[in-house]
Amino acid sequence: MGTDQYHEPPEELPAATRTFARLCTSLTEEAEAIGWYEQRLALEPDRDARAIMRDAQGEEFKHFCMDLEFLLRRSPLWREIAEGILFQEGDIVEHGEEAEEEAVEGEAERGAPLSTGESLGIGGRGEGAQ
Amino acid sequence: MSHLLREHAPITEEGWSRLDDEARERVIPALAARKLVDFEGPRGWTHSATDLGRTENVADAPEGIEAATRGVLPLVEARASFAVARPELADADRGAEDIDLDELDAAAVRIATAENVAVFGGWSTAGITGIAEATTHDHIALGEDCERYPRHVAKAVDALRAAGIDGPYGMALGPEAHTNVLETSQHGGYPLLEHLREILGGPLVWAPGVEGAVVLSVGGGHFLFESGQDLSIGYASHDAQSVQLYLEESFSFRVATPEAAVALTP
Repeated sequence: MGTDQYHEPPEELPAATRTFARLCTSLTEEAEAIGWYEQRLALEPDRDARAIMRDAQGEEFKHFCMDLEFLLRRSPLWREIAEGILFQEGDIVEHGEEAEEEAVEGEAERGAPLSTGESLGIGGRGEGAQ
Repeated sequence: MSHLLREHAPITEEGWSRLDDEARERVIPALAARKLVDFEGPRGWTHSATDLGRTENVADAPEGIEAATRGVLPLVEARASFAVARPELADADRGAEDIDLDELDAAAVRIATAENVAVFGGWSTAGITGIAEATTHDHIALGEDCERYPRHVAKAVDALRAAGIDGPYGMALGPEAHTNVLETSQHGGYPLLEHLREILGGPLVWAPGVEGAVVLSVGGGHFLFESGQDLSIGYASHDAQSVQLYLEESFSFRVATPEAAVALTP
């Protein structure tokens, strides 16, 4: 793994962005594991083995949700879009389009920066400490 | 368009990029408080107040009614104005690397210093109580003799530990004290900076606006900085010679654990 999870030079990234990237990687890994268990469960005939796999997959569900909640807390725009899509009945794609439009327009109207937007994007930087 | 009105400025995309880069380069080293306290946000320009989670009873509520108002801490808007000469911006567009942005540089240090002063020293008219004001510990005098700094810092760390405040601990050092630390080697040539860092277990930060120093826990949850609009450059006006701009932010700050810091006076 090492620093493969970074797309940009890690030493140039703010600490908060490195943490965000780590949790994105973790989220991906949990989703992969959920998919692997799903495939194993589809083929495994042994009842005891299936029970263990189902239990393990439940752990991955939990980890995925914790990762996702962390990322949503750190990304208000992502959270707002997620709120318009997750746990809603009806057409998922339609909800997605509506949620994106409302969240992006709403954030611009409120004067909040999109991503770092027009601000200098400094945030709670730890650089410069000795 | 946001309230920063950047689209109205006679500045190209490349020019804005140069200004933002220059501001970032100048302001980050001076932003001491953010390196030591919890940072929340940015919550956007329209975010006006921090929720304190407390209420105050309303005395003259109608009969049979109990009423209370919610306690909030208003965000302060801080702005540092500066001008950039238009020929300099034109030169930047031609690729000049040495354009004169002295006023921007000064504004960057000014606003970062104001933030440090608010967090460490307080800003009573803006409703902000600073860390050095809030601390429940006796102040420790740093004195003139740099060789004694480790003793003073160790005493501060001991006071925090005795109060049940976990580390790691960090230190904001005013410019004068910081220079003294950098220039001093102890007996045997061991740098004072290294010694202090070992005692603290956390960051040691250059803090313009701080007089003396502040030792504090950086364990989290003790000192809360909330950003509304993070530092941004906005446009005010222009004429044929120059463009009037400003660096601006909105923020609040509160101390949740007064016993988690010790002030070291000059």
